[in-house]
Amino acid sequence: MNNSTLSIQKENEGRSTIKFLIDEFKPKGKWLTPFNIISIPVIILGLILIAIRFAKGIGSVTNLTQEVPWGLWIGFDVVTGVAFAGGAYVLTFMVYILKMDKYHSIVRITVLNGFLAYVFYAGALLLDLGRPWNVINPIIGNNFGTSSVLFLVAWHFLLYMMAELIEFSPAIAEWLGARRARKILSGMTIAAVIFGITLSTLHQSGLGALYLMAKEKIHPLWYSGFIPILFLVSSVFAGLSMVIFEGSISHKVFFNQISEKNHKSHNTIVHGLSKICAGVMFAYLFLQLLVFIHGKRWEYLNTPMGYWYLTEMIGFVACPMILFFYGYRRRNILMIRIAAIVTMVGIIINRLNVTVIGFRWDSASHYVPSWMEFVVTLTVIFIEIWVFRWVINRMPVLRDSPSWAKEE
Amino acid sequence: MRTDRRNFFRIMGMAGVTLAVGRSMSGAESKKEITEFRGVLYDSTKCAGCRQCEISCADAHNLPHPTDDLVTGVVRKTSETQRTVINMYATSKGEVPVKKQCMHCNEPACAAACLTQAMHKTKEGPVIWRGDKCMGCRYCMVSCPFDIPKFEYHSANPKIQKCDLCYDRIMDGKVPACVETCPANAVTFGTRRELLREARKRIIENPDNYVDQIYGENVAGGTGYLYIGPAPFNELGFNTKLQESSYPALTKGFLYSVPVVFVLLPSLLLGIHESTKEKENKEENE
Repeated sequence: MNNSTLSIQKENEGRSTIKFLIDEFKPKGKWLTPFNIISIPVIILGLILIAIRFAKGIGSVTNLTQEVPWGLWIGFDVVTGVAFAGGAYVLTFMVYILKMDKYHSIVRITVLNGFLAYVFYAGALLLDLGRPWNVINPIIGNNFGTSSVLFLVAWHFLLYMMAELIEFSPAIAEWLGARRARKILSGMTIAAVIFGITLSTLHQSGLGALYLMAKEKIHPLWYSGFIPILFLVSSVFAGLSMVIFEGSISHKVFFNQISEKNHKSHNTIVHGLSKICAGVMFAYLFLQLLVFIHGKRWEYLNTPMGYWYLTEMIGFVACPMILFFYGYRRRNILMIRIAAIVTMVGIIINRLNVTVIGFRWDSASHYVPSWMEFVVTLTVIFIEIWVFRWVINRMPVLRDSPSWAKEE
Repeated sequence: MRTDRRNFFRIMGMAGVTLAVGRSMSGAESKKEITEFRGVLYDSTKCAGCRQCEISCADAHNLPHPTDDLVTGVVRKTSETQRTVINMYATSKGEVPVKKQCMHCNEPACAAACLTQAMHKTKEGPVIWRGDKCMGCRYCMVSCPFDIPKFEYHSANPKIQKCDLCYDRIMDGKVPACVETCPANAVTFGTRRELLREARKRIIENPDNYVDQIYGENVAGGTGYLYIGPAPFNELGFNTKLQESSYPALTKGFLYSVPVVFVLLPSLLLGIHESTKEKENKEENE
């Protein structure tokens, strides 16, 4: 596989790049896989629903109400999706700033994953905008709402996508065989990483800060002035759990792309990430406890929402934390993978508790997403996986870089 | 406070954007005139619940006339077709009508939330919505503590509907449509200062008819709409859990930390990067 692509690239250096690109855009391999059979109908249905949404208004597809104006598309697609994309800034910090070279082999795939998550999940924001033709207003127009947290988040999404694209661009250059471009782009990596980490710190917490003004609308167990910090800290283990989860799948699906050396090192990488997750989750639990005690919230504990809160904190934070810890101690990969999945479910629950479930918990009519909202969400996720697969099958993301790139 | 925050943002040099913002801001400050906020005083004891205000409001903003009946104890909400509603509450002092519409906060959460300045606190007092700027993100609805902005979910070109205190009429020197129509003079238009004085005067002159409180004087940092009435305000459908300080203040701490993080964190990261690089070099030399 590795050698054949290399030879294709070498052949193409003489020919026109256009022909190379056309070849690359053709599908590779079997297309009647189980994933395709499930995803294609969902994507077609989702695209039809998106067309209806733009023709007849958001209300024709969603169950949103005047009291709950942000539902699944914001609470899950944007807020949760961006938390899962947090792995990119954590890993670039570890590898490029702290020089933990052990993790170098998974940086590219994580950055790609993060970049696509931002493009698609922040892109899903456009579906939720009632007047999307005005989306450029806060970017180019004369309408800077600088006192708005959303203004900050919007700008950061945009800038962070660029930073991640720069971080990933050497892989694109290697794919196209552009040596000079690769050299220039690689030189920009450190700047992009530092800029990217700063942006991530601010908008991961900014997503929580969005809800600060909804003080009386969010259940007191989930509302506090510390939402931004809690969102930032939880994005660390949310992102790393995603890296573990995605890694375990990629290593099966794209088995023949990964060199033997990287296959062997993968287990040590997972062990290391597991230790970090356990540590950060401990800090997160401690923060939650401080917020709980500081907010004097004992009275809410013996209520249905209180039990739900305890389920989240014990079942989906404390339990996977212990699993991560023992998985690391006993070098048990299965335990770590289970912990990663439980943690991810916990993150989904936490973000939805703030944005949807705990939002207007006391209202007479509750918002429950319509099936169409779920289908559109799945469509966004499936299209992202399609693009993800397309890139991995063509660019040196999992497989080693071509030898000319290594020499430089 | 708003000016402070803007000043702060000016420092932060975000993507070169702030330069342009800063210049326009300082331009606006130099020719600042002192204009007092206008508002409306609503007196529950005078209101008969005739709903003429609802009809005149619909006429003034090309909205359909209300068709639902007024039933005591049934709370009607403002909607994307009704910018103001009258409700009748059964209270300890008998049946009391209460008008509901945008409160026109002194420091509106919706305007602070808006990333395009579509929601805008005018210097005359009304909080208005500007369709040419709005991108329909509905963050104003998430932020408004009174749940006032309403969104047209079933339109391909949706608008935010809310009371704008008849801003166009005010600029023409007229009073809002509801104030003009009200046969009982339950709503009075004026500067906020005058209205507060008038409200206090009514309470002092008739202490038996009023609860000694002006709703809107302090809630959410003070509002342009002021209420006086015969029964405690928690019996009149008001959310008494709302905080006294302004809602934009809740995000102030976060927004102030942004420029600090933006300057300090990259320096720190660069420092760590350099120091780890040196360690590498040393190891190589040895």
